[in-house]
Amino acid sequence: MLSYAVRRLLEAIPTLLVIVALSFFLMHSAPGGPFDSERVLPPEIEANLKAAYNLDKPVWQQFAIYLGNALQGDFGPSFTYKDFTVSELISTGFPVSLKLGLSAVTLAVIIGCTLGILAAMRQNTKTDYTVMGFAMVGITIPNFVMAPLLTLIFGIYLGLLPVAGLGDGSIRNLVLPVVALALPQIAIVSRLTRGGMVEVLRSNFVRTAHAKGLPEHLIITRHTLRAALLPVVSYLGPAIAGLVTGSVVIEQIFGLPGIGRYFVQGAINRDYTLVMGTVITYGSLIVLMNLLVDLVYGLMDPRVRYD
Amino acid sequence: MTAVLEVRDLKVRFATPDGEVSAVNGVSFDVNEGECVGIVGESGSGKSQLFMSVMGLLAKNGRTLGSAKYRGTELVGMPVKALNKIRGDKIAMIFQDSMTGLTPHLRIGKQMTEVLVQHKGMSEADARKRALEMLNLVRIPEAGRRLAQYPHELSGGMRQRIMIAMALLCEPELLIADEPTTALDVTVQAQILDLMADLKTVTKAAIVLITHDLGTVAGLCDKVQVMYGGRFMETGTVQEIFYKPAHPYTAGLLASMPRLTEERQEKLYAIPGQPPNLQRLPKACPFQERCTYVHDRCIDELPVLRQVGDANATLTGHTKACHLVSLQNPVSAPHAPSINVAADEARSA
Ligand SMILES: Nc1ncnc2c1ncn2[C@@H]1O[C@H](COP(=O)(O)OP(=O)(O)O)[C@@H](O)[C@H]1O
Ligand code: SF4
Ligand SMILES: [Mg+2]
Repeated sequence: MLSYAVRRLLEAIPTLLVIVALSFFLMHSAPGGPFDSERVLPPEIEANLKAAYNLDKPVWQQFAIYLGNALQGDFGPSFTYKDFTVSELISTGFPVSLKLGLSAVTLAVIIGCTLGILAAMRQNTKTDYTVMGFAMVGITIPNFVMAPLLTLIFGIYLGLLPVAGLGDGSIRNLVLPVVALALPQIAIVSRLTRGGMVEVLRSNFVRTAHAKGLPEHLIITRHTLRAALLPVVSYLGPAIAGLVTGSVVIEQIFGLPGIGRYFVQGAINRDYTLVMGTVITYGSLIVLMNLLVDLVYGLMDPRVRYD
Repeated sequence: MTAVLEVRDLKVRFATPDGEVSAVNGVSFDVNEGECVGIVGESGSGKSQLFMSVMGLLAKNGRTLGSAKYRGTELVGMPVKALNKIRGDKIAMIFQDSMTGLTPHLRIGKQMTEVLVQHKGMSEADARKRALEMLNLVRIPEAGRRLAQYPHELSGGMRQRIMIAMALLCEPELLIADEPTTALDVTVQAQILDLMADLKTVTKAAIVLITHDLGTVAGLCDKVQVMYGGRFMETGTVQEIFYKPAHPYTAGLLASMPRLTEERQEKLYAIPGQPPNLQRLPKACPFQERCTYVHDRCIDELPVLRQVGDANATLTGHTKACHLVSLQNPVSAPHAPSINVAADEARSA
């Protein structure tokens, strides 16, 4: 299994290189540049700036320089946050996004799986319809509606929780953003869980378990869950990568210094290095999470072979 | 003789979006201690659902009417908790689809021991010992190693042996085997049937053997119940069913058995037509659409099971649900050469 993991990681290197190259050339082919602004710069200053950032060279040469530096761990200075390197920006922002994302994922898994299991066990009853109705709402209401709504209700009307910022760093400050981030995930996870459960509960081996006279709780925990949760596991891999790299909407609304905003701001400002930094972070995480999914799959289903 | 299972006027209904499916339509029979009963009929005749309902394993859209008693205790409508004390312990069932009948993510050992832990309150260690004994009894090579294996690591025949071993762990009084060999290839089928025949003498369990193949019951069963459209068409001893079939359907089944003695490759006979639509069963004889002996009475009146030969005798032994007086002297029915030939051949064999 270890050699499998190592091989998968090695195989991921070309994939990451392709992603990096594609993003680099796509971004550079987009119109505009980092120094375009309302105020027109004198041509000689702009030329100096461009030379300083190597922007006067052909794109392929810029790419070679960038790649060479990146391989040595140097992702360059940010174009917009002038006093910071990209590494600095990401390493201060990432922990915030990570904490937020992981809390949301944990919440989503615990609540989503529980609801999904309940719904499947009480299939086509009120419980089932209630849970699935809630899931439908959770999936359809977008973040930018849900987040302000939660803020209004719990932060402003009820005054129970802080509305924005990290404050003194206590858990209370994270409750609303985590809940807002988790709600759609809870909805998706509960639907996936219910679907998996319903299918496995109809399977021949669960029928065998019933014929053996096993009590309901053993049939669920021992014979059903592991097979039923496989779709949830495959979903969670990429979903976790997405969640821990930050949500622009949530970070903006709750004023949190995560890295989610860098994606969008970086792209809008043509902050080439910052965008590349976030792309590499996200890409590596996706690769890692997919590997993790495959390993967990192997633990859950003995039929999976690593070769 | 004491009955382990008494079934009376049992019916199974399924609710479906396009109407009710009448899968089982009032069957009555006993399974006595130590006896082996064969249930034979084409696919879709209600054999499986009959015993699924006895085991409380019907799909969610199904319901059972009538009565099925295990040693006098009513099983129909029994709360699941109480039922779980009986199934797996007193009555065990093995299924047609051995390939998918074992939980893929659990080791064989666990799947076996959990039955003993549940019903006999055994420790895991004692249960393992007993599981090992059973694996040896069903002649699984390297039994010790199997306990640590997962189902996908075993062949189909091996898995079916494990299903049988698992069913026999608690020494049940009744073993229901639903087409235990159908999914297997021919040589393995023969091995499993051999095994079942041996187990019949080793265990004290009564056996119900469900099959679509009359040949399967021949070596194993004491009595046979031929099922069609959710009803019994004919019941009798293996001798009676094979050598004196009294129902046109039984005769048809016999005629469609592959005959190994035949030298030339003859095209296999098949009963013409399709099994009846269980959503729109005819009021009268369910076999009327395919029967070569069909006459007016068959279309008007449902034939009930009667003693073969003597309409007034009690319902023991050889019975049939058919208006014909006898297969050899059909009343106002066209001659049906292929069926008669088969019946004659079987008689003289
Ligand atoms: N859940 C269900 N809903 C509707 N019809 C069903 C259901 N389960 C079984 N049936 C029908 O019941 C009939 C009898 O099935 P079964 O007892 O499995 O036949 P067999 O004699 O081949 O074992 C079949 O026509 C089948 O389609
Ligand atoms: S009752 Fe009539 S139709 Fe039915 S099996 Fe007998 S002869 Fe055929
Ligand atoms: Mg069947």
